[in-house]
Amino acid sequence: MSDKSHDPNQMTGAAMIVRALIDHGVTDIFGYPGGAVLPIYDEIFQQSEVQHILVRHEQGAGHAAEGYARSTGKPGVALVTSGPGATNMVTPLTDALMDSIPLVCISGQVPTHLIGNDAFQECDTVGITRPCTKHNWLVRDVNDLAKVLHEAFYVATSGRPGPVLVDVPKDVQFATGTYHPPRKSDVHRSYAPRVKGDATQIRKAVALLANAKRPVIYSGGGVINSGPEATKLLRELVEVTGFPITSTLMGLGAYPASGKNWLGMLGMHGTYEANMTMHDCDVMLCVGARFDDRITGRVDAFSPGSKKIHIDIDPSSINKNIRVDVPIIGDCGNILGDILQVFKAEAKKPDVKSWWQQIAQWRARNSLYYKKSNDVILPQHAIQSLFEATRGKDTYITTEVGQHQMWAAQFYGFEEPHRWMTSGGLGTMGYGLPAAVGVQVAHPDSLVIDIAGDASVQMTMQEMSTAVQYELPIKIFILNNQYMGMVRQWQQLLHGNRLSHSYSEALPDFVKLAEAYGAVGLQVHKPGDLDGAIQEMISVKRPVLFDCRVAALENCFPMIPSGKAHNEMLLPEQANDEATAKAFAGGKALV
Amino acid sequence: MNQPASAYFIEDRHDPNETHTLAVLVQNEPGVLARVIGLFSGRGYNIESLTVSETEAQKHLSRITIVTTGTPMVIAQIKNQLDRMIPVYQVVDMTQTKRSIERELAMVKVRGQGEHRVEALRLADAFRARVIDATTESFVFEITGNTDKINQYIDLMRPLGLVEVSRTGVAAIGRGPEGM
Repeated sequence: MSDKSHDPNQMTGAAMIVRALIDHGVTDIFGYPGGAVLPIYDEIFQQSEVQHILVRHEQGAGHAAEGYARSTGKPGVALVTSGPGATNMVTPLTDALMDSIPLVCISGQVPTHLIGNDAFQECDTVGITRPCTKHNWLVRDVNDLAKVLHEAFYVATSGRPGPVLVDVPKDVQFATGTYHPPRKSDVHRSYAPRVKGDATQIRKAVALLANAKRPVIYSGGGVINSGPEATKLLRELVEVTGFPITSTLMGLGAYPASGKNWLGMLGMHGTYEANMTMHDCDVMLCVGARFDDRITGRVDAFSPGSKKIHIDIDPSSINKNIRVDVPIIGDCGNILGDILQVFKAEAKKPDVKSWWQQIAQWRARNSLYYKKSNDVILPQHAIQSLFEATRGKDTYITTEVGQHQMWAAQFYGFEEPHRWMTSGGLGTMGYGLPAAVGVQVAHPDSLVIDIAGDASVQMTMQEMSTAVQYELPIKIFILNNQYMGMVRQWQQLLHGNRLSHSYSEALPDFVKLAEAYGAVGLQVHKPGDLDGAIQEMISVKRPVLFDCRVAALENCFPMIPSGKAHNEMLLPEQANDEATAKAFAGGKALV
Repeated sequence: MNQPASAYFIEDRHDPNETHTLAVLVQNEPGVLARVIGLFSGRGYNIESLTVSETEAQKHLSRITIVTTGTPMVIAQIKNQLDRMIPVYQVVDMTQTKRSIERELAMVKVRGQGEHRVEALRLADAFRARVIDATTESFVFEITGNTDKINQYIDLMRPLGLVEVSRTGVAAIGRGPEGM
């Protein structure tokens, strides 16, 4: 028997954590030290394979890891301490769960013998994070740690991706045990996500597609999560069939915005042509999207005359909100490949010419119209200018949540997947700035821009300090209207314009704030100065806070009012006071 | 329905509820029951009855039997949501198979004297309940059967001096030679 002290797989729990990160190809992690993770930080100090980015708040670590994951397709990793470190991770974990982002969070815990004793910085981390992770573990024995860490990476990245958390008590970090590299038996036998689609269902789907008169493809974040092959196949399917395609907020970039079959985003603030096409279609192919309530509007009036095909890797997404006719469970890259193969062998290109003529009429309504001004910058115009200035550049966009996010989705054209990082499901204000930090860490030479609002950006502003410390030249492009714009818009439309607490009094001077952090501050008021200022922002190789003063009371249109169907959109030219009042007529109850 | 002014669409459909018994085979590990119960409370599903016990010790398998109610769409959601949990091996809808046996056990304490005592014993005999504890003024009956039978027995004991009831909840198994 060999001497255990010379066995290279004998190591402390803390060393195992760093070793497992390396074995899973992790090069960057985001974290914040504290008492219950000090042994891990000591290991990090003594190696150079894993770079640690010190954030200013654990929520920032989580969103940075999300941005890193979304822009690379690799899992993002966050390291936090027990108690408040772990509770501060709840928002990013929930965000990642809603948007299916692979995230591995390692949290420290008080020593095993103190668990349950209300020890200093103790909380029930696995209890708190159980509903906001795909799975989580509390490791009580150092000899289980390697297995759990490997399983954590597998669970986070396989099937429908999502966040996982491994809670490691401090005594387990100190204890010595046996490490082993990743192996198949590390994973629960009960966990086996289905990836291959059912052949019979695929034939049924092709039969529907081949005979469609008014088809539409509705794609979502699942296509992007599936990887580059799925994107390629989706584009090929659009090409082969000639069908129109729309996408959810999460799916932008899978099909290029400059593509001729692109209808724009669908849903509450989607284009008129996308929503009308969805409403009037006879065959709908939903790929990796989940019929979320921002997409469907009124469910009993959602695309009433269509046969619906739904491709999703998560069986629980099927028939959750909308009953579908042909569900296909599996990886959408896989299934798109099979559909294409059968389609090309057995079907000919359907004649959808008259359908495109109809769509052209809807398109002619120009639902993204807004009135430019020479005196004041319109937010839509600011985003268009930003888009023009960055077109063809190696650019990544993140956003916060609100009007600016919808305008970014409407007016910034995404040509490739993984270029668009936004909080879709959870709608987390404060997501974009730390996410930009994560994206910039993954892509140090790319242009990374957070399209922000003046309210959202203040929620995680402290991460400017992280950007400065690591020389991450992120650009925070703030559409500053001095309001929580989306809240104000809803108050105007639904609550008699009583603007209860949606005005940001005492906004900071963003230019001085940038300077205080050691970053660059820019401010622009006049439309005529906008392009020059954007060029300056791009050319500065340091973090920038860009205070773009925009029209304060601009509303985000088009819009499906609540309780309305896709064909009852409120278009910008109709959005006078009378039409708006009528569209939103109803009781006073709020849900 | 007149929609109230809201950011959310308020659904007006009321499909009839159904009651289903689900057998869930899970890895017996810390927190697994909390996951299952948390799913029900977190997503607003009902639990009418819940029974849990390890069934195969060597393989660390436990079986959870859940009786739940919901519209057919909700029942399907519950099954899918359970099935996608990492430590869940299998979810079988015992109601859908229509080939299952359901039983629960109840212990029923009745206190009384004279005619009530005699009547309680007589009914126990009719329901094949056993006396497992007795004093001069009380009985504890043990009864097994499906939920309806036990409910009926408890109702009959009420006027005879019912004191308290302890029930196991429903356990279910499929008929015939095949396992789940």
